[in-house]
Amino acid sequence: MIAANLPALQVVLPLFGAVLCAFLQRGILAWGVALIVSLAMPFIAAGLLIQVLDSGTISYALGGWKPPIGIEYRVDVVNAFILLLVSLIGAIIMPYAKASVEKEIPADRQAWFYAIYLLCLCGLLGMAITGDAFNIFVFMEVSSLAAYALIAMGRDRRALLAAYQYLIMGTIGATFYVIGVGLLYSMTGTLNLADMASRLGGIENSRAVLAAMAFLTVGISLKLALFPLHVWLPNAYAYAPSVATVFLAATATKVAVYLLLRYFFTVLGTVFAHKSLPIAEIVLILSLAAMFGASIVAIFQDDVKRMLAYSSVGQIGYITLGIAITNLAGLTGGIVHLFNHALIKGSLFMAIGAVFYQIGSVKLDDVAGLGKRMPITMGAFAIAGLSIIGAPGTVGFISKWYLVLGAFEKGWWWLAFLIVASSLISVVYIGRIIEVVWFRPVSAAAKRAKEPPLSMLVPTLLLVAATIYFGFDTTATAGIAGLAAELLLAGIR
Amino acid sequence: MTGQTLIILALLIPTTGIALIALTWWHQNLRETMTLTTAGALFYVVMLILERVLNGEQLATQAFQIVPGLDLAFKVEPLGMLFACIASGLWIVNSIYSIGYMRGNNEPRQTQFYMCFATAIASTIGIAFASNLFTLFLFYEALTLSTYPLVTHKGDDNAKAGGRVYLLILLGTSMVLLLPAIVATAVIAGTIDFTPGGILAGKTDNLTITLLLVLFMFGIGKAALMPFHRWLPAAMVAPTPVSALLHAVAVVKAGVFTIVKVIVYIFGVDALVASGNADWLLYAAGATVLLASAVALKQDNLKRRLAYSTVSQLSYVILAAAILTPISIVGAAMHIAAHAVSKITLFFAAGSIYTASHLTEVSQLDGIGRRMPWTMGAFAIGALSMIGVPPTAGFLGKWFMLTGAMDSGAWVAVAVIILSTLLNAGYFLPIIIAAFFREPGKDVKKHAHGEAPLPMVIALTTTAAGTLAMFFFPEVPLALAKLLAGV
Amino acid sequence: MDLLQAIVAHYNHWIIIFLMVSGLYIVVARGNMIKKLVGLGLFQTSVYLLYLSPGKILGGTPPIISEQHTVYSNPLPHVLILTAIVVGVATLALGLALVVRINEAFGTIEEDEIFAGEEDE
Repeated sequence: MIAANLPALQVVLPLFGAVLCAFLQRGILAWGVALIVSLAMPFIAAGLLIQVLDSGTISYALGGWKPPIGIEYRVDVVNAFILLLVSLIGAIIMPYAKASVEKEIPADRQAWFYAIYLLCLCGLLGMAITGDAFNIFVFMEVSSLAAYALIAMGRDRRALLAAYQYLIMGTIGATFYVIGVGLLYSMTGTLNLADMASRLGGIENSRAVLAAMAFLTVGISLKLALFPLHVWLPNAYAYAPSVATVFLAATATKVAVYLLLRYFFTVLGTVFAHKSLPIAEIVLILSLAAMFGASIVAIFQDDVKRMLAYSSVGQIGYITLGIAITNLAGLTGGIVHLFNHALIKGSLFMAIGAVFYQIGSVKLDDVAGLGKRMPITMGAFAIAGLSIIGAPGTVGFISKWYLVLGAFEKGWWWLAFLIVASSLISVVYIGRIIEVVWFRPVSAAAKRAKEPPLSMLVPTLLLVAATIYFGFDTTATAGIAGLAAELLLAGIR
Repeated sequence: MTGQTLIILALLIPTTGIALIALTWWHQNLRETMTLTTAGALFYVVMLILERVLNGEQLATQAFQIVPGLDLAFKVEPLGMLFACIASGLWIVNSIYSIGYMRGNNEPRQTQFYMCFATAIASTIGIAFASNLFTLFLFYEALTLSTYPLVTHKGDDNAKAGGRVYLLILLGTSMVLLLPAIVATAVIAGTIDFTPGGILAGKTDNLTITLLLVLFMFGIGKAALMPFHRWLPAAMVAPTPVSALLHAVAVVKAGVFTIVKVIVYIFGVDALVASGNADWLLYAAGATVLLASAVALKQDNLKRRLAYSTVSQLSYVILAAAILTPISIVGAAMHIAAHAVSKITLFFAAGSIYTASHLTEVSQLDGIGRRMPWTMGAFAIGALSMIGVPPTAGFLGKWFMLTGAMDSGAWVAVAVIILSTLLNAGYFLPIIIAAFFREPGKDVKKHAHGEAPLPMVIALTTTAAGTLAMFFFPEVPLALAKLLAGV
Repeated sequence: MDLLQAIVAHYNHWIIIFLMVSGLYIVVARGNMIKKLVGLGLFQTSVYLLYLSPGKILGGTPPIISEQHTVYSNPLPHVLILTAIVVGVATLALGLALVVRINEAFGTIEEDEIFAGEEDE
């Protein structure tokens, strides 16, 4: 019974959890609820993934209404992987959240924080699991509205501006998405993604479908912060509460990438394959622009969180690059980087969150000399930093290996060199932080800093350990990403 | 013990050493005992492996697959064996020397120093025994990263700047040139395992082979082929034991080792000869030999002069490999070993001069030989070996190189070797002459000093003796080199 | 003449496009945060029409299955847009709440003034 209803539980549990948190009003109780819900999520997601690997795609008729009339939850390898990623990150953040939230959020708002956090989780999981185009929009707005509110809870007043800016950009993105869906709906008469895909045959070159593809691409790209639609992201990540930054950086953009994959390959596979629109070429150019442009901007930031935020924009470029390469190795690289980057950025932001917890600032000048005061945290940061550089033995290398392999297999030597050259830029900005942290004298702000409480340190170290572990054992990451890539590529054949 | 156990032991011992050193941070003597014990244990295991290899046994571990086509695997082949012997043997001597140097100069953060050192050695063993390009690359990068804290040990602005150059050039070349070369090899050849005879032969056209060769040769930045040699002088800011590690034990050796390995096991000597694609490498290496020697002539700072000497000596190895005859490959392998013992002696000597007298410039060394006879005696032996004068180890390498070059009619190489020998003599002999036969300057007389601390003198005498011993008893390295070249 | 007829026949599209573009223009061009939200509202409204107008059939009845009602409008777009309106209202509410907070924190809701103030710090 439970096994059969896992898809519904995946979304409903955090939704009810959110309501419960809102009623509880006390921060610590709300944290308890959020913790239980978050810890349950990975088990559900893992259960789904195992079912999918065992017996193929799951189709779940929500409320018993058969698709395509009712809303279908449709889980295949691709979104089972995303569900697992999002719920794993959610689970690892919760133990960490308690201390950090107590420090950064006023007591009377803590319960709300957890409620909104769970809503955001619910929205993200919903986006990933549902097979209905309009349902995706609803979940997208659930998660986005929650994200705006989470960001606005940051202590700095600029957090409000960041949230407002994100709200405007995010709503435009979501509205573009709905326009695209509306056009597709008027052409196919269905909102079910699988159904839509099958009905698009023969009309893939009609102007409405092409317009729909353009609208969807722009809308989703706004959500995933594809260069140059990323302007909302750096401020949002920099001023949000630490926990929110970790969560959003590791999951929100990743789910948006999943949508892009879903539309490009499954729903609009025929359009993508026909190349009536130069979508792959555009994505290629924008990805490269992100990898170089955003990474270079990251070098010149004086706020570590902002630096990492720009680095995120650059790293998203690698993920979308996998889409642009469009062969098995390349796409596997993109998808596996989705997972790997979530681990890496999660670790980095968690370590920086611990720094903020201790010294109340993440300005480069203030973190100077922290290597002596918080050696474990900063050591974890350095290892995760190596991963973002793509040093062998870390997850970053696995992603890079597949992407470069994909480029070579396509005969794009120049692209292979651009990929590796851009990773050199990350050496510079990570190196800059490392130098400041270890070679500068201890700053006034960092004088009395010490290691954060274990509840923050352990999750951080766990995540960092994962960036090493999955650099060697890749059956669960690259293996499944490879299956997902195969499935997706089948859609454009 | 099976071969697999031995290889894993060789990797695990220095790794455990890191932990042991970390755990004994509170007691200096205990911590140093840990370093020495670990070094001794490692050397013992490497000797056990050597015994088997000389008996003709094949030692390998099972492959651990990371992703399809990407394995973590180890295999002992002759060149790697030689490299492992050098690294593990010199680690012991270097540790003894380090103890004297670090204490003598009251260096800070010594625990971190010894930990990073052990990490570097572990990485070196990994490089030596790697059985495919990925495994090698993994440890190659680990070596770069673990030596970065050593290079920047002083922690001042100079060290920071030097560390930056060091990291950016080494990581840059390996990431931007070497990694694509590895991936391209994987795509073209379908494998990246080191295989006798090479894996690229006949798989692709000449142009691609040339391109790949360029990528590999410049991508292996640790070999300091010009113009990617800048990191070596930059890394001179490091404490002397670290310079010795960089120049003799691990880093640059890892570079030329990888180059020889790539030429022999990836491209294949015969295939390269057939395609005639390696000529440019001869010129590039020859140019580096001569240019670096010329630059060394002009350096007054002793360590910088030694650094440029290293740049030129490394290109000897590349040159020898690029001649592409079995006998010159023997020369390359021999020179790796000879340069290791000689250069470590020279750096030890430079370090003990610094520790005893705080002198760093060549022009200040007048008459120092009378006060530090052991140090300068060892220096003289090392220098003669660099020039290639018998009865020192350096002669052997040059002999095989010259034979190989003449056999194959590579007259450019012959000319380069002879000319550079003159240059070597030009920048080393004046130091020796000044040290022993010139009157010390007036200000020096006021600061009377004797020899450096005992551990340092022991260490540098040992390596100087080794330099001589290798000339008289070259059997083991020669046997390994011949196994490698297949003669 | 045909052209004119074609234009007139698709008058709903022209309204949609006009609303869409003017809404976006307001969002981009106005510095006042409330006005931006108004523009966003217009933009969203255009999408409501985009869904609703093809769903309505002239002379059609509500979708009731019986013999009298043979021609009826598609109910699905209406339902969808009901949801979209709810989402739009929620967005607007959150946006306005943020503007209130921004006004409290910065003393103004003009973007130019806020950014000018930030640079002075």
